[in-house]
Amino acid sequence: MKLTTTNTAGKLTVSVAGELDHHEAGELAKKIEEQLEANLPRDCVLDLGELKFMDSSGIAVILRIYRRMNALGGRLYVENVPSQPMRVLDASGIDRIVNIAAKA
Amino acid sequence: MKEQNYMKLEFPSRSVNEGFSRAAVAAFAAQLDMTLTEMGDLKTAVSEAVTNCAVHAYPDSIGPVWVRVRILDADTVEVQVKDRGRGIQDVARAREPMFTTGGEERSGMGFTIMESFTDSLKVRSRPGQGTTVTMRKRVGKRVTGR
Ligand SMILES: Nc1ncnc2c1ncn2[C@@H]1O[C@H](COP(=O)(O)OP(=O)(O)OP(=O)(O)O)[C@@H](O)[C@H]1O
Ligand SMILES: [Mg+2]
Repeated sequence: MKLTTTNTAGKLTVSVAGELDHHEAGELAKKIEEQLEANLPRDCVLDLGELKFMDSSGIAVILRIYRRMNALGGRLYVENVPSQPMRVLDASGIDRIVNIAAKA
Repeated sequence: MKEQNYMKLEFPSRSVNEGFSRAAVAAFAAQLDMTLTEMGDLKTAVSEAVTNCAVHAYPDSIGPVWVRVRILDADTVEVQVKDRGRGIQDVARAREPMFTTGGEERSGMGFTIMESFTDSLKVRSRPGQGTTVTMRKRVGKRVTGR
């Protein structure tokens, strides 16, 4: 997996590329949490535009970041979600708690 | 239903094999005329079943995982994922959305996803003996707007 982060004006954008499954999830969640601790952003944008595959392991990662942002008093936005990951998120009902936007 | 073709895989429950196994199943199933969405659904369902072997069946060790794929009739793919791991005490409860024994790292949505992304899901398990998950999915362009 590839992870790119940019931090501007209290907004941390985390872009994730590759396949997010159980094999990758632990390491990815750890890296993102490190970025959150280092930057303490007001808003976090998780950009999934280059994600090629995601299963339920990704749901747990998103919920983990969501809870961390809540604890920081900030917000999480999951954006640019391609259709396969979107179907997984739809099936999970996670869109009732987290802001999720599909890829245009 | 008539079996047209099949393939079998065996591999250890190492997480690196999750990506391999879903790609292998998809490559084999590609002999059926499938939409991109159907292919994505199949890969996701396989990934859920194989991940459960790595995470739950053999929690503190590495054990064998068997995957069998069958093409049935002209339009149905059947995937069976089998382990000889810990087994499931209460299958009905395990299949409920959000039920997990995996703590923070899991969401308890695996069986729910397998069920909604395929046409049928059968789970057979004996505690201490192992678990067999069998999924069937009918594919091809149909007028359902999926
Ligand atoms: N192959 C298996 N062997 C033993 N137990 C299993 C197996 N598959 C599933 N289970 C049990 O069933 C529960 C539900 O499985 P399910 O895949 O729905 O959710 P999960 O794996 O806990 O979370 P997620 O799939 O969202 O990461 C698991 O927590 C586990 O207790
Ligand atoms: Mg699971």
